[in-house]
Amino acid sequence: MSTYVLNLITVRLLIAALTLLIVSFAVFFATAMLPGDTATILLGQAATPEAVAGLRSAMHLDDPAYLRFLRWLGGLMSGDLGTSYVNNVAVADLIGGRFVNTMRLAGITALFSVPLALTLGITAAMFRGSLYDRAVTILTIGVISIPEFMVATSAVLVFSVYLKWLPALSFANDVTSVWQLLKVYAMPVISLTFVVAAQMIRMTRAAVIDTLNTPYVETALLKGASRPRMVLRHALPNAIGPIVNAIALSLSYLVGGVIIVETIFNYPGIAKLMVDGVATRDLPLIQSCAMIFCVGYLSLITLADIIAILANPRLR
Amino acid sequence: MIPSIPVSQKFGYRFSWVGMIGLTIILFWGIMALIAPHIIPHPVGEIVDEDYFGVMSSRFWLGSDYLGRDMLSRVLMGARYTVGISLAAVSIACFSGVVLGMTAAVVGGWFDAALSRFLDAMNSIPGKLSGLVVVAAVGSSITVLVITLAVIYTPGAYRFARALAVNINTMDYITVARTRGEGIFYIIGSEILPNIIGPVLADLGLRFVFIVLLLSGLSFLGLGVQPPFADWGALVHENVGGLPFGAPAVIVPSLAIASLTISVNLLIDNLPKKIRDRSA
Repeated sequence: MSTYVLNLITVRLLIAALTLLIVSFAVFFATAMLPGDTATILLGQAATPEAVAGLRSAMHLDDPAYLRFLRWLGGLMSGDLGTSYVNNVAVADLIGGRFVNTMRLAGITALFSVPLALTLGITAAMFRGSLYDRAVTILTIGVISIPEFMVATSAVLVFSVYLKWLPALSFANDVTSVWQLLKVYAMPVISLTFVVAAQMIRMTRAAVIDTLNTPYVETALLKGASRPRMVLRHALPNAIGPIVNAIALSLSYLVGGVIIVETIFNYPGIAKLMVDGVATRDLPLIQSCAMIFCVGYLSLITLADIIAILANPRLR
Repeated sequence: MIPSIPVSQKFGYRFSWVGMIGLTIILFWGIMALIAPHIIPHPVGEIVDEDYFGVMSSRFWLGSDYLGRDMLSRVLMGARYTVGISLAAVSIACFSGVVLGMTAAVVGGWFDAALSRFLDAMNSIPGKLSGLVVVAAVGSSITVLVITLAVIYTPGAYRFARALAVNINTMDYITVARTRGEGIFYIIGSEILPNIIGPVLADLGLRFVFIVLLLSGLSFLGLGVQPPFADWGALVHENVGGLPFGAPAVIVPSLAIASLTISVNLLIDNLPKKIRDRSA
């Protein structure tokens, strides 16, 4: 690896760090604009002025905004996510187990959607212009142009209302057998897989078609290589970089997807926690959840960029 | 002042039939949004059916909702909120994005660098997340929604317009205009904008789709348009209890959203090359 590539990657990581700083700034100030005084909200309208003043100084609310921002940021970095306004529990404790649940949901979705999307995307590109390709393209555009909740509600209509294979809108916490576990995860995973795979198929197809348009693939065709050989031996090895890039990018759509899917299926994950937090205006909880999602999203995008840099043979 | 020479341009754009279907559906919803209050068969807030989640009948064409209100009326009125809010937001987003983008391309230097860096950072907050954070902080109202959606989609419009404008900025006629001593407003408005307007309008259409999807998503979570008003996403949200029986009340608003967003996509995909790639 040349120093040039290393420099490019270092710059990319620095940009990601800077972006994260700007993002945390935006998240903090969006929630700090809250009309009304936090101490008054916490204590209720009937609180005495002395009590409000006491709480204000205890929470450092009288400090200038930048000091509170720095304190908040320092807390985040050292793992102190603050205390929930609603039930006075440390936010880190609220998030803990739910974070694992969300990661599990995302992991299982990735496990299904990546092979599915790669197969469909690559074969669609191989048979470009065929009826099969057009069917796949129309289907993916269809899924991309409808809201995520519609994908989920359609899955419920098909699999539990008409086919009666799976339970509808419920998430049982008392899972005792593997079969039940499968049933419980099936619906959220199916919905998320549709959302993520649609993006991935589109990007994979585009990446492979790009490679298929290169002169060396044309040479392979002219020397008489069969179509599968042309794609699998000549085009695909060169398309791996763009494809991995596409996978990382489309996995970032999971962030938007889980917010909807966890809410619909009542899945005990961190997105559901955040949506509930919005309803009760539990700001420390919302700030922490928002930062977790932003870190996840930004890591995937940065990863995609770094892979694109590494995969570009001209930079090696 | 240089007199402009009128250039005769044929206006006969040819649309493919798929694009025409898309355009027809978009126009249909646009007209419905305008005339809805005059044609709805029942008042939106009134409980007219004794049954809740009623099926489609000759009296209630699209069934009734969870309280027994007429769905046809509610969906037609919902078009006003979905189309209206999205249109307002996309106009603000694209106007500010395009103006900033062209300015950054023409001015260049640190202004361009700082603005691009900042807006790129804004762009790396997922839209639904910004929506949730803002709604948590200031509550949800139609004004807040329009402004939030506009702010979320400004960076994308900026990036797109800037990329186009940077290409135009290197053209000889821009150099000529600069040498002639034209100001920045003239260069932006009379030299760059006319040359990027086609792709910018196509981009506006795509961004409209994103905004409709995000607005519906927020309303579906119960954090978007608040009762007594209801856009299509909110209609799905309040009737989601009818899902286990496949009630039309939850299916019809979803279909309405899909018909609008898919039509806009179809129209843009089938725009004549003349409009779409004018700067290419």
